[in-house]
This record gives sequence, structure tokens and C-alpha cells, in this order.
Amino acid sequence: MFNRKFMEELFKPQELYSKKALRTVYERLAHASIMKLNQASMDKLYDLMTMAFKYQVLLCPRPKDVLLVTFNHLDTIKGFIRDSPTILQQVDETLRQLTEIYGGLSAGEFQLIRQTLLIFFQDLHIRVSMFLKDKVQNNNGRFVLPVSGPVPWGTEVPGLIRMFNNKGEEVKRIEFKHGGNYVPAPKEGSFELYGDRVLKLGTNMYSVNQPVETHVSGSSKNLASWTQESIAPNPLAKEELNFLARLMGGMEIKKPSGPEPGFRLNLFTTDEEEEQAALTRPEELSYEVINIQATQDQQRSEELARIMGEFEITEQPRLSTSKGDDLLAMMDEL
Amino acid sequence: MFRWERSIPLRGSAAALCNNLSVLQLPARNLTYFGVVHGPSAQLLSAAPEGVPLAQRQLHAKEGAGVSPPLITQVHWCVLPFRVLLVLTSHRGIQMYESNGYTMVYWHALDSGDASPGTWSGRVLVFDIPAKGPNIVLSEELAGHQMPITDIATEPAQGQLWQGIIAAGYGNGQVHLYEATTGNLHVQINAHARAICALDLASEVGKLLSAGEDTFVHIWKLSRNPESGYIEVEHCHGECVADTQLCGARFCDSSGNSFAVTGYDLAEIRRFSSV
Repeated sequence: MFNRKFMEELFKPQELYSKKALRTVYERLAHASIMKLNQASMDKLYDLMTMAFKYQVLLCPRPKDVLLVTFNHLDTIKGFIRDSPTILQQVDETLRQLTEIYGGLSAGEFQLIRQTLLIFFQDLHIRVSMFLKDKVQNNNGRFVLPVSGPVPWGTEVPGLIRMFNNKGEEVKRIEFKHGGNYVPAPKEGSFELYGDRVLKLGTNMYSVNQPVETHVSGSSKNLASWTQESIAPNPLAKEELNFLARLMGGMEIKKPSGPEPGFRLNLFTTDEEEEQAALTRPEELSYEVINIQATQDQQRSEELARIMGEFEITEQPRLSTSKGDDLLAMMDEL
Repeated sequence: MFRWERSIPLRGSAAALCNNLSVLQLPARNLTYFGVVHGPSAQLLSAAPEGVPLAQRQLHAKEGAGVSPPLITQVHWCVLPFRVLLVLTSHRGIQMYESNGYTMVYWHALDSGDASPGTWSGRVLVFDIPAKGPNIVLSEELAGHQMPITDIATEPAQGQLWQGIIAAGYGNGQVHLYEATTGNLHVQINAHARAICALDLASEVGKLLSAGEDTFVHIWKLSRNPESGYIEVEHCHGECVADTQLCGARFCDSSGNSFAVTGYDLAEIRRFSSV
């Protein structure tokens, strides 16, 4: 995903994607890995991503903070791939490009970017159980906008009126009750390659100790918990991965027993639940994967899709002599 | 004190733009017109005094054939001495209509690098508008501001400001009051905890309305110190529209006794009137 050609395409100035175009890109990205999802799980994942993204953009204290949110995303990704220098370098390169292109924009330009992003999310009120539980989202699907806490960097705490004379000297000062409960901003987040971003938006929502339930659209079904952020490397991890690779047919030993290579990710606890969810999913939330639009954004997403097509995992398993590092080497190839 | 009045439902929720509410009072016909932007269309609706909605229609910015309609950035009724024009702005241009929105009288296309007048690029476009007909001419462009400004409340119709005071709302939540003759800053209000999206003036009484993305609306009383003549201000009232990032606010009458607000994702116009 951080492949240079793909990134170049993303960084070209372009109109906001339509919902269909983004969904296409998202599906291709998800399926470019060894993971497969069926329609119901894909819908659920996409909805979760969309609402989390809306939350992050809406709650940004200042418009420029959308850049800090992006940096938080990339910092977390760097944590996952810390042992892979090639990809790490690509992510760092992406960070540099972001800084180069967006670092110098004015506050007004960021306001425009933020307002444009909010157009994409307008009228989306899908309820996410994690947000409901943490009280950041109301039961009607709207996000809570707190009127307390630190003000954005560059903003003063409301409540003061200062009056000046012709020479610019302060002659009078009055306070008024503004209704909120704000405090000054502690410090500004860093826009450097490495640094304390200060802002928590965009950090891993799931990095807590207890397993977290995440469902979407208020259904009462339970989900298996997502993986938590692991700090210590697991010595069995390599063995587990190789076992998985053997099941997938990525090793020389045996062909896959199932009809297709790769494995399928099911976001529900059983296959039956998944089918049931697909049937009961509200109509307006379904997306067509195939789009027949003759507009420019379709061309863009086709271009992206073409580049992503080069990422597809090849059907033939790669023959190799050394067992231990096979899977990891194969993943590096993607 | 203000109380929450009956809301006017909208067909589509308001977009997260600055100054996304325009109000035209027609006291002679006992009507108020409201204009709110939703994506590529402006929703125009008329309401009777108690907020009873009468008619509603969508207006799209006209475009050439084969081009998708642009997203509208602002809709505004400009009250001029001899006529009222409805102005639609988008990133591609400015269109002016007769006040009912049915007849377009002028279309000015902007270069791709521009934004609508008076917004983030800091440029202001001045048009000469004749009393009747479509002969509108762009007379000059003022490139004054370096900083982004979110809204300026003046009264372009009369070419006057309220007693020589210019009020400006900023992205950092401050309201500044300037002396129009000298350009000096006389009052700085730490008014909001987020960007200010709209300002409006009730000219009869010198009241200023500010709305911010922090969910608050504030009403201020402007005045002049009787001895020094310097601009002064006091806070009159604050209202919180819970969990709503406001994007538009207007007084509904020139004595400042009622006002209306719009918010991002809010599919109604919220009205308040004083008790």
C-alpha cells in the first residue's frame, strides 16, 4: 500500500472521491493481502472505518489537526512493521511527502480540506458499539461534541473581552460567562517525522487490555475480539505463521486442500451469523462494488485499481528450500 | 432570555460550510425566506411568522453540459437599494439570481485557484449592480487580507457599517471589532472555542450574533463609550445547540428579537426568540 507508484497516484490533486469509488479502492486494498472477506463482513468493516474516520475529522480541534491524525495513523503503522526496513522506509517517505505537500498550508486551506471531507461523511449516523460504550456517540448515531477540555492550539479560552484605545493599549477588560468549561491547550503536537503528536485522535482505538466488542449498526450479535497491540514479540509467532502458510499452500510441502488459496476473514462468530447479517442488512447501507459511472473519479479509481492489481498474490506457491522464513519472505514480495 | 421555537425541517441537512444560512425578511408579505446549502444544491424555503413552513425548493448551480454540478459554498440574499439578488457561490464561480431564485441574471466564472469572495484567499470581489436587468459588472478586486477570514458582517446594501464598526469573526474563535475610519482594532473577544462560522448584525439595535463550530451561539451588544467614543461591547446571551457543529446563524428580524441557526448534519433550521 505504501508502494511509491500507489502513493504518487494518491498525492495527485483530485476531487473528493465518491462513496462508490472509495469503496472500490477499499475493497481492493483489503483483498490485496492474504485476507478475503465476504460481502457482509466487508460492509461491516467499511462502515466501521467510515464512522471512525468521521469521528476523527469531526472532533479535530483545529483543521490542521487532520494532518496530526494522519501522522498518528502512520506512527502506529510503523509500530506494526518495525522489523521490515523496506516498508518502514516507504512509510517514512510517505510522511515526508505529507509534510512537504501539506505542512505549509494555511489554516484557511486546512479548513477547506476539513469541510470537504465532512461533505463525504454527511448524514452518516451508523452506530458503533465501541463509540456508544465510550459515550462518544449518542444513541441517535451523532457524535458527542464536548464543551469542556483543552481549546485547540492557537485559540484562547472563551470568556474574555479586551478593549483598546487608538494606540493599541488595553483600556478595559471584562469577563463573560460563555457556557463551556474550557482550559488552555497544553502544547502543540509535533509535525516532524518523529515526535509527540499530543492529539489522541487517530491512535489505535483498540489498544486496551481487555478484549473489546465492536459491532456496527446496533445489531445484537457478538464479535470475536480484535487483536490487541502486542509489545513483546511472541516466540511462537513464527511457527504459527508458518503453520498458517502451510494451510494456505505457501510452502513446498502440500497443495491447499480447499478450493482456493488464501484465507477468508469472517467478522462474525459463525458462518451462519455472517449469512444472516448479509440478509438483514438495511438496504441503504449496501454498496455496489461494480460502478458504471463515466465521471473522472471512476478513472482515478481505475488507475489505482490497476496499480493495485500488480499487488495480487500469485496463484503458484513459491518453491523454496528454507522453511522458517518462507512466509515472511513471501509477504515481503507483495 | 431566549427560548427555543418551532424548528423548520429541511429536505437535506446543512453542509459544514461557513455562513451557511441566509435569511430574507419580507415584512410586507409577512414572509421570511431561508436559504441553506446542502452539497450541490441550495435549499430555498419560505416560512410564515410562526415558523410554519410554506414552500421549499432546491436550486442547483447551473453548469455547462456534461459537467457535474459544483458544490455550492454559499447562498446569500443581497439586499441592495433597488433590488434583492440571490447569490450562489461555488469554487467554479458566482451566480446571481432574482430573489426568488427563478431567473439567473449573472454568472462570473472563477479561475481554478480562487475561492468564493471574502473567504480563505482573503480576496474580495466588488460588483456594480444596476437597479434592474442583467448588466452586472465586476468592478474591482481587493486583495487585502493575508489571514483567512471566515465571515464579515457589514451592510453592503447601504454601504454603511453599524455606526462605523466592522465586525470580523476568525478561525481561532475570536471576534474583532475595528474602527472603520482608521482600521484600528478596538475590541478583541475570546468568543468561541472553535472557528467562528457566521456573524450577523441586527442593525436597529446594534446587536451582533456569532456562531461557532463549538456548538455555541452568542449575542453581543455593540456601543460607543460616551466619553472617548471608543467601541465597546457587552455579552448579552449565549445558547448551546448540543452536539451540533454550527455552520450558519442569522437574526430573523432587525431588532434582534429572534434568530435562526443551522448545523452540520442537522436537517432543520433551529429558531430562537426572546421572551
